[in-house]
Amino acid sequence: MSLLSVSGLRKSYGDRLVLDDVSLTVEPHDVICLIGSSGSGKSTLLRCLNLLEDIDDGVITFEGREISDPRVDPREVRSRMGMVFQAYNLFPHLSVLENCTLAPRRVHGVPRAEAEARALLLLERFGLSEHAAKHPDRLSGGQQQRVALVRAMCTSPTLLLLDEITAALDPELVGEVLEIVRAEAEAGMTMVLATHEMAFARDVATSVCFLDRGRILEQGPPAEIFSAPREERTRQFLRRVLPA
Amino acid sequence: MSDWTPSQHELDRRRLRRRLRTRSALIATVMTVLVFVAAALVVTGSPGWPSVQELFFNWDDAREALPDIWDAIWLNIKMFLIAEAVILPFAMLIALARVSRSPWLAPLRATAVVYTDVVRGIPTILLVYLLAFGVPALRLQGVTNSAYVWATVALIISYSAYVAEVFRSGIESVHPSQWASAQALGLTRGQTLRHVVVPQGVRRVVPPLLNDFVSLQKDTALASAAAVFEAVFVARDYGNYNFNYTPLVVVSCFFIVMTVPLARLCDWLTARMRRRELAGAL
Repeated sequence: MSLLSVSGLRKSYGDRLVLDDVSLTVEPHDVICLIGSSGSGKSTLLRCLNLLEDIDDGVITFEGREISDPRVDPREVRSRMGMVFQAYNLFPHLSVLENCTLAPRRVHGVPRAEAEARALLLLERFGLSEHAAKHPDRLSGGQQQRVALVRAMCTSPTLLLLDEITAALDPELVGEVLEIVRAEAEAGMTMVLATHEMAFARDVATSVCFLDRGRILEQGPPAEIFSAPREERTRQFLRRVLPA
Repeated sequence: MSDWTPSQHELDRRRLRRRLRTRSALIATVMTVLVFVAAALVVTGSPGWPSVQELFFNWDDAREALPDIWDAIWLNIKMFLIAEAVILPFAMLIALARVSRSPWLAPLRATAVVYTDVVRGIPTILLVYLLAFGVPALRLQGVTNSAYVWATVALIISYSAYVAEVFRSGIESVHPSQWASAQALGLTRGQTLRHVVVPQGVRRVVPPLLNDFVSLQKDTALASAAAVFEAVFVARDYGNYNFNYTPLVVVSCFFIVMTVPLARLCDWLTARMRRRELAGAL
């Protein structure tokens, strides 16, 4: 059974229709890249999946249960689904290690020693162990975003949502963040990510969705989408973002 | 967009959301009524209630004292309106002195630190005594002896120190990157404060500012210590002659009626600012 499935999803803010009849299936170990210009609905789709937005129609199923049901406790869903934002959103008053152990300890009831051991292991794996005791604002943007990724993974989620996590970083730092994402993808983590990094999407994605004005216009394996797009809109978009 | 009709599933979901909302509203209503009824029963069921009711909640005494209190409360209102109007700019100046960096302003900075430290340490009622009785005793030429004026000045001195610290905490809570980006645009430190940092800082401290003003409104009653004929003095006066303290409750009601609109106004202003700045954002 698929890990996550979306069908007929619709979301509007007042008169503005942001997502229109979106359907998507995510199998375990999939890496789904959402591409498309700003305002095409990529972020909103991720926010709907994480139940940060109430949807206007459609069904979202996660681990075999409909989570778009109003009776579902969103916190329970989010404890199994990690999310990383464009602006890192680390807690500035906590050290890196405390950022990483907050949810495991408070939400999942993991004992402190165990939570810290796991966080340190992950920080170590991503070259951040020397920063564990520092506060986030002392780190570079790339380091902060890597910490945010570690924080999201500390709870061992079954699905990771990444919302343009490299968009606020300068090009030099993009690589170090994407390396982590790539390593996680190769380790079998299931991910849905909105991204502007086409080369990365081509390398890592199992499937690429092109969103245009709130619809998934085209979906397929990266080789297909990037070399032989079916839709004219997709071709236009790729011409603009891909180096000639 | 016009050709879309909600699916059956969505209609069911809306019905369910509505039902959950109704249930929340129901729980809120029932709980509220239950708690307040229980509290009322406990108070009115207590053995001493009849005598308390006679002493503090007597309708006839309330009506009899009302005209005098009505006249006296204007004095309180005038006091805090004048005090608030002076405190806001004065406290802002103290706060700005404290965050100044120029070496020329070092004495001013030191004065501001000492002022807030010392004044906040003195109980307000002592300041009222000190000024309302002390200044007239100096027998200075051309200076008023009105206890009312000097009580108001005492309140201004005391509350300026508190409000200055509230302003300063707001100013210091603005992220350093705001300083950096304003100075990168070529603004001076003063301009940065005036156009970027202070406006943001003040917005953040509206709730504690309101706290201080509500507190000030009530502390106008301290003027009664200097024999100013304000509302609490009048009410106590009535009690001393008639052995009934209902007028004190009446005065409390007046104070509540004065502070609630201020609280609502501040909530409304804060909500409007949030709406404007976060419209459409996360």
